[in-house]
Amino acid sequence: MAATSTAPCPECEAQVKLSSTVEKGEIVPCAECGAELEVIEQDPIQLRLAPEEEEDWGE
Amino acid sequence: MIGILCSRVRTEEKTLFEALRRRSIPFERVDEDLVQFPIGQRDGYPDVVLDRSIHHGRSLYAMTLLNAIGVPTVNRGRVARICGDKILTTAALARAGLPVPKTIVTFTREAALAAIETMGYPVVLKPMVGSWGRLLAKINDRDAAEAVLEHKETLGSYQHGIFYIQEYVNKPERDIRAIVVGDRTIGAIYRRSEHWITNTARSGKAFPCEVTDELDQLCRKAAAAVGGGFLSVDLLEHDRGLLVNELNYTPEFHGFIAATGIPVADLVIDYVQQVGAGKVSQKEVS
Repeated sequence: MAATSTAPCPECEAQVKLSSTVEKGEIVPCAECGAELEVIEQDPIQLRLAPEEEEDWGE
Repeated sequence: MIGILCSRVRTEEKTLFEALRRRSIPFERVDEDLVQFPIGQRDGYPDVVLDRSIHHGRSLYAMTLLNAIGVPTVNRGRVARICGDKILTTAALARAGLPVPKTIVTFTREAALAAIETMGYPVVLKPMVGSWGRLLAKINDRDAAEAVLEHKETLGSYQHGIFYIQEYVNKPERDIRAIVVGDRTIGAIYRRSEHWITNTARSGKAFPCEVTDELDQLCRKAAAAVGGGFLSVDLLEHDRGLLVNELNYTPEFHGFIAATGIPVADLVIDYVQQVGAGKVSQKEVS
């Protein structure tokens, strides 16, 4: 089982649990409020609300 | 050194990072939120760049600017330009003599309505730029056509005033996605859904699909028609045979791996290394 760390959700301030393998730029959900959060720093972990989908996004 | 252009990290990018670390291949993330491209400056770039941006506009300009100063990329700017635009994609496929759904492009609402009435209902309206099944509209009758065309024209950006109208292909609740890496069709999946939009981003489920000679040749020709590289090719099963629907130049592949077990990330990394070493000749497309 991978180690975990936590960081506060910028929406509801709940502690969001994150795997140690999380990457900068990943999107993680807040289990408390359901917000989609983007990992913007890894050490220490910082989260922000994920940006809204834009029109030119895709694969 | 391999550079990977990205900001959002999806399952695919994690899989690529893991494969690179497992194989001890040096790489750096080119953070698209921070990167700067001083025009004409050649120093300070990786030897080869893999584009994994989810922004078409950023991909297009980043790859084009890198190619302009001689940095090889997967995929190239010209490929991004064609594959990021459904009109250019369909035109390139048709020019190569490949089977595509019947498609009409118009520049006004009135011409669009006339084209739809001529084509016959249902038709599909697609935005010229966009992905993940976003803003696709199946138009079943004239009332819907008039409403959707008006809405599109008022959406704001000029692209919505350019209408891409396509025959509705009554496919068997699935389409086919194949992945081409260089000159190989590495595998294919069916994407099944009871909804007419079968994208896995829209809850389509992936199942393995045999790569027949016909499928293999069609996919490789389709990839070549847009300039080649690492591409997904989406195909529809029609009474007339397989039709090439679209290609994606930064394809998602987690569903593909789950259904087939094919190590896409490793194959892509091998290909990127070959491109970086100048071992891949990619024909120019206009």
